[in-house]
Amino acid sequence: MTEPLLELDDVSVSFDGFYALTDLSIRLMPGELRSIIGPNGAGKTTFLDVITGKVRPSKGSVNFRGQSLLGLSEQKISRKGIGRKFQTPRVFENLDVIRNLELAASPHKNPFGLLYDKIPVAAKDDVQRLLNYIGLEPFARTKAGKLSHGQKQWLAIAMLVAQSPQVLLLDEPVAGLTDEETSRTADLIKSLAGQHTVVVIEHDMEFIRDLNAPVTVLHQGSVLTEGRIEDVKNDPKVIEVYLGQAKD
Amino acid sequence: MELFFSQILDGLSIASVLLLAATGLAIVFGLMGVINLAHGEFMMLGAYVTFVVQNLFKPMGGILFELYFPVALVLSFIVTALVGVLLERTLIRRLYGRPLETLLATWGVSLILIQLVRSVSTAMLLGILLAIALGWIGSRFLKLKFTDKPFLPYISGLYWLLTSLIGIAAANFLSSIRPLASTWFGPRNIDVTAPKWLQGSWGKIGDIGLPGIRIFIILLSAVLLLATLWFLSKSVWGLRMRAVTQNRQMSNCLGIPTDRVDSFTFGLGSGLAGVAGCAITLLGSVGPNLGAAYIVSCFMVIVLGGVGNLTGTVLASLLLGIIQSVIGSGSLLTVFPNLPPAVSGVVEFFATTSMSLVLVFIFIIAFLQFRPNGMFPQKGRSVDA
Amino acid sequence: MKLFRRLLPWILLATALFILPAFLDDFRLNLFGRYFALAITALAIDLIWGYTGLLSLGQGIFFALGGYGVAMNLMLNTKSEAGAKGIPKFFENYGVEQLPFFWQPFWSAPLTLVAIWLVPAIIAGVVGYLIFRNRIKGVYFSIITQAALMVFYHFFNGQQKLINGTNGLKTSTTELFGMLVGSPDMQLWFYRITVLLLPIAFLICRYFTSGRFGDALIAIRDDEQRLRFTGYNPVPFKTIVFIVAGALCGLSGALYTIQSGIVSPQYMTIAMSIEMVIWVAVGGRGTLVGPIIGAVVVNYLRSLVSEALPEMWLFVQGALFIFVVVLMPDGIYGWFSKGGFAKLLAAFGVAPRTATYPQLDLDENVRAEPKSIAHGRD
Repeated sequence: MTEPLLELDDVSVSFDGFYALTDLSIRLMPGELRSIIGPNGAGKTTFLDVITGKVRPSKGSVNFRGQSLLGLSEQKISRKGIGRKFQTPRVFENLDVIRNLELAASPHKNPFGLLYDKIPVAAKDDVQRLLNYIGLEPFARTKAGKLSHGQKQWLAIAMLVAQSPQVLLLDEPVAGLTDEETSRTADLIKSLAGQHTVVVIEHDMEFIRDLNAPVTVLHQGSVLTEGRIEDVKNDPKVIEVYLGQAKD
Repeated sequence: MELFFSQILDGLSIASVLLLAATGLAIVFGLMGVINLAHGEFMMLGAYVTFVVQNLFKPMGGILFELYFPVALVLSFIVTALVGVLLERTLIRRLYGRPLETLLATWGVSLILIQLVRSVSTAMLLGILLAIALGWIGSRFLKLKFTDKPFLPYISGLYWLLTSLIGIAAANFLSSIRPLASTWFGPRNIDVTAPKWLQGSWGKIGDIGLPGIRIFIILLSAVLLLATLWFLSKSVWGLRMRAVTQNRQMSNCLGIPTDRVDSFTFGLGSGLAGVAGCAITLLGSVGPNLGAAYIVSCFMVIVLGGVGNLTGTVLASLLLGIIQSVIGSGSLLTVFPNLPPAVSGVVEFFATTSMSLVLVFIFIIAFLQFRPNGMFPQKGRSVDA
Repeated sequence: MKLFRRLLPWILLATALFILPAFLDDFRLNLFGRYFALAITALAIDLIWGYTGLLSLGQGIFFALGGYGVAMNLMLNTKSEAGAKGIPKFFENYGVEQLPFFWQPFWSAPLTLVAIWLVPAIIAGVVGYLIFRNRIKGVYFSIITQAALMVFYHFFNGQQKLINGTNGLKTSTTELFGMLVGSPDMQLWFYRITVLLLPIAFLICRYFTSGRFGDALIAIRDDEQRLRFTGYNPVPFKTIVFIVAGALCGLSGALYTIQSGIVSPQYMTIAMSIEMVIWVAVGGRGTLVGPIIGAVVVNYLRSLVSEALPEMWLFVQGALFIFVVVLMPDGIYGWFSKGGFAKLLAAFGVAPRTATYPQLDLDENVRAEPKSIAHGRD
């Protein structure tokens, strides 16, 4: 068996006594595609916060390729190859679409690199390819703030891909997208899996089914159950969590 | 020991003034996210209200004059609170969620208030009233006449400019009439005489006299702080204010009149500034520039204490007040006369009011290196979205 | 038209260098020299506030430090200022016999020319790094810089024995190359130097704001957290622009001081530093032309109002703050470049020239549509 790429062990996070995560353990293999679902407040976003260094767990360990991520700053974790898309599409509103992508794709991330070095041709090609793929080529010179919600979602995902991370953490990638866009996003994500490890957090069950990946259900900050979508859907525990206890 | 105790008392009274001033600011900043740089000028308004009340009571003399101070205290709260509400309704309301903009706009307000106090005269007041009346009536008329026309905002803007010019011209003309021209306060400092019952000593503890004014200010700030805390945690309006802070839209949906709550909160904060200004008149003469001396200290108190935490504000102002008074008076030298020359040299270097401020600010900036969010930081997800 | 746009900077430069001196008297020309010196400060503030989103209320520190640097050098090298001990006369009033150590480097002119921007830059670097490292941002940054300003103000104001305290240092009576610094001939030279340094400051700011470095700055302003997750560490970026801005403010302060004739702790008051911000806001933040326009326009207005009705200036200034923040957040330049003027003309019925379909643009139904959509949302 291969080593897990990303491993959370017994992680707890508390905000002033309120536990957002309790003894959460999840392991992700290289190239794995994993969906995470759970009712509101289950700790899905906090789970990503812990991995990306935004929140420090009060207990437990987070290891990436056998090295601990605890205590590293967000930018260091990102440079190690863990990228994240936020729940709301966060793009740099006052920069052109292409500039957004170039910032993400740039291999130099220090001030002097940006001042003196030209962006490498390979990165430029990547940006062009992504632009074409997400269909924003005609808007390359438009300020990202003027895009529609769906376009921003796509740009945010494309920026993430441009960073060429090993692990992609996608928080609600299809919220507010049309059906067609949603299925295209599913295709994109499936094509990324294999080379990358992809974690998708979503409420849209159709989309989760589309992805056809193992599902982890979070509830009250820890793993409720894991399995295929069909099995999970019929699990009485899951039904109880989502719909409340059935009355006798 | 005696000296040390009186030094502490001194520090406590400086701290109380800071606390009085900072409480209002903490409410406006912590609950509304508004950086009110005009807060110091609200204090100044409170001081001037006190001055006016004193002058009104003076002719009565005797026991009635002795009672002017409580009246001034209440009136300075009411007047500055009203000015605060007016400001919130006209200006602050447009800037919610943009703290840096509120900072700049309220600075503009503070400049206007300073100059207003300096140069207000009957002629000027009449001019201003004329301009406002003309502007208000005229813009009503313009609105009726040109409803929905695209050029309406431009015309009414021009019209307001015109009426202010008319106002200035009228004020200038009226200034030629002698009794109208003299300024009410002028740019110079004003003095308020404390009533007799506040002057002198309020008894003794051991050998140490308790100066009435200082004790009064300490008591006043304690009472006001408790009242504010009680108000925020127990009263209906306090509950509404906290609700609006936490979730404006939800509060709206629950039927809380959020816009009135905003006005109310801002008014409360401003009113507290007015009371602080009233108390400051007891400590010495005050002038139009009073605000500048306090505003930075107040903000430092809030940042040091942790935004949105009144306990932190209290502790921070106590700390600042006492450090400032102990260092600034140089009494460390008398308490510890046998310090090595290098240390005593340093102590002497900082033993003035302004140099002790330097030291205190450096201390705070250094402190924030270790606790960037102050002594009592807010926790949870909402801090850094 | 394109040629004109390319030539415009040169035309402006030539006007400032040759035409203004020919038409303005010494007094007015000196005023314009000061405005241009202040425009460099405005550029610096635009770099950190307009582009990077850091509203510093402490730029007066760096401005005044630059001024003090120049003034100290001039004081030391003027014979008429020297007292019995060979050190500036004012020291005698406080019984100081030995020159404070930090005055020593300012005997030398080359060292002074370096110090006026390097000292502010170093202080900006230290202060900036300490603040940014702790992720203090937004209003907290503004408040802390204001406190830092007060530290410097009280220090300079209180230390008569070191730096002549509240009186400041007077440069107009000092000498340089055997000529009085306050004399019209010298002032003309300072004017020319300022006019030449302003475009250089402009180019420096453009160097940092165009290209990918500038993109990163705007990204910091828009969403710093997101930039971190993209793998960038914003701290060095912010520290660098804060250093550059500090250096520019120092230069600006030095130029202003030799033209105004005095440097004093007044340059470090809260009011002065906030006023600097309003120049940028009036001109148009986030553009490089805006701050220059703003600094010149606001200060010209200030001179006009102060000469006519001195007590009106604070009213006008206060109103300006409120007006710009509430009604004209993009400033003069932003208002023009975002089509504000065309909108104004259109509002009064002058048809806008469009490159698209004029009939459509003027069609009542088409124009009503966005409105009805906006109303429908309420």
